[in-house]
Amino acid sequence: MSEEQVKNLEKQFEERIARDEKIEPKDWMPEKYRKTHIRQMSQHAHSEIVGMLPEGNWITRAPSLRRKVALLAKVQDEAGHGLYLYSACETLGVSREELYEQLHSGKAKYSSIFNYPTITWADMGAIGWLVDGAAIINQVPLCNTSYGPYARAMVRVCKEESFHQRQGYEIMMKLANGTPEQKEMAQDALNRWWWPSLMMLGPTDAESIHTEQSMKWKLKRKSNDDLRQQFIDQTVPQADLIGLTIPDPDLKWNEERGSYDFGEIDWDEFWQVVKGHGPMNKERMKARVDAWEEGQWVRDAAMAYAEKKQERKEKQAI
Amino acid sequence: MSTKNWPLWEVFVRSKNGLEHRHCGSLHAADEEMALENARDVYTRRSEGVSIWVVESKHITASNPEHNGELFEPAQDKVYRHPTFYDLPDEVKHM
Repeated sequence: MSEEQVKNLEKQFEERIARDEKIEPKDWMPEKYRKTHIRQMSQHAHSEIVGMLPEGNWITRAPSLRRKVALLAKVQDEAGHGLYLYSACETLGVSREELYEQLHSGKAKYSSIFNYPTITWADMGAIGWLVDGAAIINQVPLCNTSYGPYARAMVRVCKEESFHQRQGYEIMMKLANGTPEQKEMAQDALNRWWWPSLMMLGPTDAESIHTEQSMKWKLKRKSNDDLRQQFIDQTVPQADLIGLTIPDPDLKWNEERGSYDFGEIDWDEFWQVVKGHGPMNKERMKARVDAWEEGQWVRDAAMAYAEKKQERKEKQAI
Repeated sequence: MSTKNWPLWEVFVRSKNGLEHRHCGSLHAADEEMALENARDVYTRRSEGVSIWVVESKHITASNPEHNGELFEPAQDKVYRHPTFYDLPDEVKHM
């Protein structure tokens, strides 16, 4: 294809997206569109998969059967979300094995929030309330993104995510209304998860390298700073309601803006965690790689069994 | 021992009797039995279905969007296939 033909195709492509038409797997697309989508969708899938680890840590120690079934269901949903997203990603011509390889080798990133430890039961509450809350804010606009398989996967994910946040808030509410020790545990979890949750919405607009192109392709509908403000404005009253304090001395309602002003985010910490130096980066990756490697014989056995069955069937047919 | 990767399967779910099966995504499984079981866990955790079809992705033949013109455009000028093409007086009832 000549350069001019490609330019022409690109122009038509951008026009289709501007008209809100969806792009489907077999449609022509610019190589950059394909690559950007593989990167974002696989990062998203990896985050769901690694995201099971901090919570999996508490399944056997949930304080009641009610909490245990809810946490199990939530972690199972995250596995499901990872699978929807991996399969959507594979429609762009990348294999599941390549995607796993990128995660396990450290080439691909996942959400930095999962590199923090879950040290008390209240962390299950804080994660559901804050981390899933921030994830919902990030994800809802993606239900209208331009790539059809991604948009459809996101519709399913968003439908399921709301229970995650509600069960988390319920845990926090219960602890906040409990004994002084329980309330302190809830406050401590909020103190530790608040700032990482704000960072989860991504670097400030000034430093975000992908924003402009992503807006055009509807991979992004609002800027990171706008999403963060939205998260803060909706979460502060939720904390007030259960008598917990947001750990930010600069947090103040700004009448004029109709929003909360908030303190400086420690971006050095964010970049440290992104670069692999968070408290749990190594442990998370090790748990993930171990699970994959130790499952190899099961996958091989299942494949060998399937082939044996197939051969037997073919023999009988003769 | 085989070191082959599990093949890809497409999943179709009927949400309730009376409706058609609809494509809802794909997954990897060693054989059709496992594909059905995995489809149940991945795509029907909240009573989304009463029936599941799985088919190995390699068995699906898809049309090429580059041929959309010759495939689908001929239908566009065949307005006579639609009832509104025919002019009838308003007095005609039940038609």
